[in-house]
Amino acid sequence: MFSSVEAGLIYAVMALGVYLSFRILDFPDLTVDGSFVTGASVAAVLIVNGANPFAASAAALLAGFAAGVLTGLLHTKGKINPLLSGILMMIALYSINLRIMGKSNVPLLQQETVITKITAAWQQAGLDAALNQLVSFTGFAPRTWAVLVSMAIVTLMVKGLLDWLLKTEVGIALRATGDNKPMVASFSANTDWLIVFGLGLSNALVAFSGALVAQYGGFSDVGMGIGMIVIGLASVIIGEALFGARSVARATWAVIGGAIVYRLILALALRVEFLETGDVKLITALIVMLALVVPNILATQKERQRKKRRARQLDRGETVAGAKTNYKSV
Amino acid sequence: MLELKRITKVFNEGTADEKIALRGIDLTLAPGDFVTVIGSNGAGKSTLMNIISGRLSPDTGEVWINGRNVTALKEHARARYIGRVFQDPMAGTAPHMTIEENLALAYNRTKRRTLSLGVTKQKREWFRETLRTLHLGLEDRLAAKVGLLSGGERQALSLLMATFTKPDLLLLDEHTAALDPARAELVTELTKQIVEQHRLTTLMVTHNMEQAIRLGNRLIMMDGGQIIFVAEGKEKEGLTVERLLEAFQRIRGSQFASDRAVLSS
Repeated sequence: MFSSVEAGLIYAVMALGVYLSFRILDFPDLTVDGSFVTGASVAAVLIVNGANPFAASAAALLAGFAAGVLTGLLHTKGKINPLLSGILMMIALYSINLRIMGKSNVPLLQQETVITKITAAWQQAGLDAALNQLVSFTGFAPRTWAVLVSMAIVTLMVKGLLDWLLKTEVGIALRATGDNKPMVASFSANTDWLIVFGLGLSNALVAFSGALVAQYGGFSDVGMGIGMIVIGLASVIIGEALFGARSVARATWAVIGGAIVYRLILALALRVEFLETGDVKLITALIVMLALVVPNILATQKERQRKKRRARQLDRGETVAGAKTNYKSV
Repeated sequence: MLELKRITKVFNEGTADEKIALRGIDLTLAPGDFVTVIGSNGAGKSTLMNIISGRLSPDTGEVWINGRNVTALKEHARARYIGRVFQDPMAGTAPHMTIEENLALAYNRTKRRTLSLGVTKQKREWFRETLRTLHLGLEDRLAAKVGLLSGGERQALSLLMATFTKPDLLLLDEHTAALDPARAELVTELTKQIVEQHRLTTLMVTHNMEQAIRLGNRLIMMDGGQIIFVAEGKEKEGLTVERLLEAFQRIRGSQFASDRAVLSS
């Protein structure tokens, strides 16, 4: 459970990226499946070659940005439909990721990573003992608090930056582009560049998350991005359903919460006897399907019951509640 | 302020669906001119608006705004000079964003967008003041999503967003057509006020002949991609719907045909 929350926080950065493309830009961007691995491989290869893991993670972020920009250019300048632009980039990135790594898997187990560095510094400061004492009444003591706390800080920083960006003049234009594109052009904003920039940013976050996942898991693998977009969507949809999305700041909270809840659901599901780790993708797909379908069914049922109630009221000759006219001029 | 030089536009050239939308339009608007445009179905009014705004590019001819040839400028670049309100109340605003965010987007029409806050305290105060001039109570609902507003409110907001940055040219494309008569009247009245207050150079397409006669200082009638009738000054003041229809029949030798035209309000 504890590691689910850790993983949830790391994957939340990816989910925030998906939120940016899927919800803000209204662009279902499948590049994510490829750019996640791009981030992981760039970071892994750099680390194996002796680079500073923090610099390697930053490089992963830039690589993801470049991938997103290319998808954006395919769509805006190449006039390719959004889904197809993403699929083309995803498939192209598969080969590129193999080239970056030179093989299909790069292990990081003996390497200095962001995770090992932070954990070492953390333990040196003796923070684990302090925190364990704080929660000693629960009788719960994890291996280390370092990952959880540092990843929470990273994720909250990304959330804060995203919230701020979406409130700036550029950010407002970005959001309006996803809401009403022709209108944005009529107010003198170049929607093509906004889409390119937005997708770049989205994939930068995804790749950064990929870099962290690789360092957390101890390897980068060419297949680790398969279905990543669905996991991102699952986080966004679960989060919005559970925590609401009235404002941008609320929605980004919800996405982070959704990413953690998704990991918890997955961990619980895998405890079921006959399910295997290979079933993860199926479970993910089912979670998204349920999250999308159940609200519709509930709404239809509610509506049906409302109509029945109405009919009964009319049968009894009562006046219909709420039928008072309430006119408002303009 | 606006100068159109021999604009032509053909759709689907060389196919069975070929349609000549505009046949050599020449039109000049002096600063402060308020020109209303009426016309039958397929007269080319909308095509003309889209060519001026840059959504469509003309086959031949030039568009000049404020002494500058903007024919090659893309829609978003040209928008620095142009404020627009569309027929569809949904078209001019972002429904999932708040009133103040919509205004902030419109505020940046003439300015480069930066990474500074879109809605500052100062701007919010100014937005509130500006909204007050609409007398719709929108100044108390700055944080409300625009999707919650009625069609009339949205169209009034669109009008404000298009005009409060004082564009060189205001394009109104049947902006009251989708509203019921009472709300159409309100938006028409607001249009008149705002255009007069800022002395905006305005081109307004309308389906409402009575409105076309009542507003502006010049009226033009289009048919078959051409301007077939212009009334200005005294002549325009003396116009009635009957006389307009007579003029059309005299010039074209046929009845004025439009399934949406409102002859009087």
